[in-house]
Amino acid sequence: MPCAGMTKTGRCSKGEMSNMQAQAQPAAASAGKKAGKIKGDLLLFQLIGYAVLGVMSAICLLPFLLVLSSSLTSESSIIENGFQLLPSVFSGEAYRILFTYPEQMLRAYGVTIGVTAIGTLLGLFLTSMTAYVLSRKDFKWRGSFSFFFFFTTLFSGGLVPWYLLVVNYLHLKDTLIVLILPMLLNVFYIIVMKSFMNGIPEAIVESAKMDGAGDFLIYARLILPLAKPALATIGLFIALGYWNDWYNALLFVSNENLMPLQYYLYKMLGNMDGMRKALISSGAVVNTSIPTESLKMAMTVVAIGPILLAYPFIQRYFVQGLTIGSVKG
Amino acid sequence: MNRSGFLGDVLKYRTLLLMLLPGVLFFILFAYIPMAGIVLAFKQFNYAGGVFGSPWNGLDNFRFFFESGDAWRVTRNTALYNIAFIIVNNVLQIAAAILLFEAARPWFRKIFQTMLFLPYFISWVVVGAIAYNLFNYDYGTLNVVLKALGMQPLDVYNTASYWPLLLVLISAWKALGYGSVMYLAAITGMDREMYEAAEIDGANIFQRMLHITIPNLYPTVIILVLLAVGNIFRGDFGMFYNMVGNNGILFSSTDVIDTYVFRSLTTNNDIGMSSAAGFYQSILGFVTILLANYAVRRYDKDRALF
Repeated sequence: MPCAGMTKTGRCSKGEMSNMQAQAQPAAASAGKKAGKIKGDLLLFQLIGYAVLGVMSAICLLPFLLVLSSSLTSESSIIENGFQLLPSVFSGEAYRILFTYPEQMLRAYGVTIGVTAIGTLLGLFLTSMTAYVLSRKDFKWRGSFSFFFFFTTLFSGGLVPWYLLVVNYLHLKDTLIVLILPMLLNVFYIIVMKSFMNGIPEAIVESAKMDGAGDFLIYARLILPLAKPALATIGLFIALGYWNDWYNALLFVSNENLMPLQYYLYKMLGNMDGMRKALISSGAVVNTSIPTESLKMAMTVVAIGPILLAYPFIQRYFVQGLTIGSVKG
Repeated sequence: MNRSGFLGDVLKYRTLLLMLLPGVLFFILFAYIPMAGIVLAFKQFNYAGGVFGSPWNGLDNFRFFFESGDAWRVTRNTALYNIAFIIVNNVLQIAAAILLFEAARPWFRKIFQTMLFLPYFISWVVVGAIAYNLFNYDYGTLNVVLKALGMQPLDVYNTASYWPLLLVLISAWKALGYGSVMYLAAITGMDREMYEAAEIDGANIFQRMLHITIPNLYPTVIILVLLAVGNIFRGDFGMFYNMVGNNGILFSSTDVIDTYVFRSLTTNNDIGMSSAAGFYQSILGFVTILLANYAVRRYDKDRALF
C-alpha cells in the first residue's frame, strides 16, 4: 500500500524552509563556556548520527552493488568463490549473451513501457477528474460518492471473486488490457489529489462559472494546470506501480509475448532451464556452459537500470507526495 | 430551469456526474461486483454453474479451512509478521528521521535520504533476486562471508526458522526510506522555539531528543501505528511470494493468509476453500480497521479515516 500514510503525515512542507534556517541558528548562538559543553555533546551526537546513517545507507546500497558486481563476474569465479562485492575475475559474458538474443527481453521492455505510458496517462486523467468532482463543495452527492470510493479500501471480496471476474466474465486473460485496467484507479491517489484540489481557491471556479464555462472545461483548463505538482507526484506513483507490476501478469498472463519486464525477470530467475533451452535453440550459445548465475544478475541489472537512472531526478516528487496531501480527505 | 427534486439535481449536476461515471463504473466492476462473489465461499463451485449457478454447500468450505489447522497457522503468521514489521520498521524509521534532521547537514541529509529511499523503488521481484544473491547456499554473499570467517555456511532456503528474522529485516530495508521521510516531515513541522529555549537552559542534544523531539513525535507515531494495526491481517503478498515462492519447506514459518489463498486458488484450484479463506480475511480486516479507526478517532478526531 504505497500511500496509505500519504494523507496522514499531518505536516506540509511549507515549514521546511523556516525550520532549516532555525536549525542553523543554534550554532551561531552558542557562544561562551556553557555553549562549549553543548557543542561537545552535539559533536558526539553528530558522530553517532553520521555513523548510524552511514551504516543504514550502506545496507541500502550494497545489495545493488553486489548484484552489479556479480553480473560482471566470470561464471567460473562465481562457482569457485561465490558472489563478491568486487569481481575477482571480470567478465562481460553475461551481458554479451543477453544482448545477442535480446528479442524476448526487448519485447518485455516494450510491454512494460507501453503499459506504463498508457496506464499512467489514462490513470492520471481518471484520478484527477474523479478527484475534481469530489473536491467541488457545491456538488450535492459529494459525501456519498466519497464514501462509495472509500469503502472499497475497507472491505473487499477478496482475490477469488476478482480473479474469476477477470478471467471468466471479462475474458481478459492474456491481453494487454489486463495489465492496465485493474490498476487504473486507486482510492488513495484520488484522496490525495482531492486534498490538493481542495486547496485551490473556490473563487477561481466561481468566476469561470460566471463567464459561462462548463464543469468539464473548468476542470481541463483551470484546475489541471493548477494541480501540476500533484499531477507530477501522483503520475510518478502510478508509473512506478505499472513499471514494477508483476502481479497481474502472474495471475493473468501466460503468453510470453505479453510478459512485462518484472514478470519476465521473475520467470527467468525461477526457470533458468527454460532460458538455457531458449538460448541454445536461438544459437546465442553453442554449448550448455551458460553462465546462469551471472546471467540472472545481469538480467536484474537490466530490469532495474532505467529506474536507477531516473531515480535521482524523480525522487523529490515522491518525497513531495508524502507531504503533499496533508489535508484530510 | 426550475425543476426540483432528485431529477432536477441530476440535471443540474449532469456534467459532474458524467465526469464521475468512469470512476464509479471502475469501482463497481472491480470492487463491488467481486463483493457479491463472496457467495462463492458458501458454494461448491463448478465452471458450468459459474459463480451464481453453482450449488450451495453451507459452511463446508470454512469447516475444511478451519479443521485443517491452516486457518490458525496462516492467521497467526500474518498477524505476528505484521506486528514485528510495525515495531521494527517504525523504530528504525523514527531513528533515521531524527538523525537525518538533527545530526546530518542538509547536503548529507539529501545524500543519506537518497540512499535510504532507493529500495522503495524496486519491485519485489528484484528484491527476490537480491535475496538470492545474498542467501543462495552455494554462491550467496552471506555464505561467502561465513566461509571466509571459517564458519559453517547456512542453508537459508531450506531452513524455515531463519525466515521470520530475514523477512523482518527485508521489510525494514525496503520501507526505511519511505517511512523516514514521513517522520522527517513531522519533525520538520515541529516548533523550534522549544529547542532553542531548552538549549539556552543548558539541555544537551541528547536531552532535547529525549524530552522534546520524541514526545513531539508521539501523535504521528500513534496515528501511523494504529492505521498499520488496522491492516495486520493483510499480508504483503509481493514480499512473501517473491522471497518464499512455492518453497514448501518454508511454509510453516512464512505462509500468510494472502499466499495461502493464492496457492489454494492457483495450485490446488480449490475455488470454494480459497474463497472461504479470502472472505474470512476480509471480515477480519474489516473489523480490525474499524477498531483501529475508532481508536484513532478517540485519540485525534481529525486524523481518523472516517
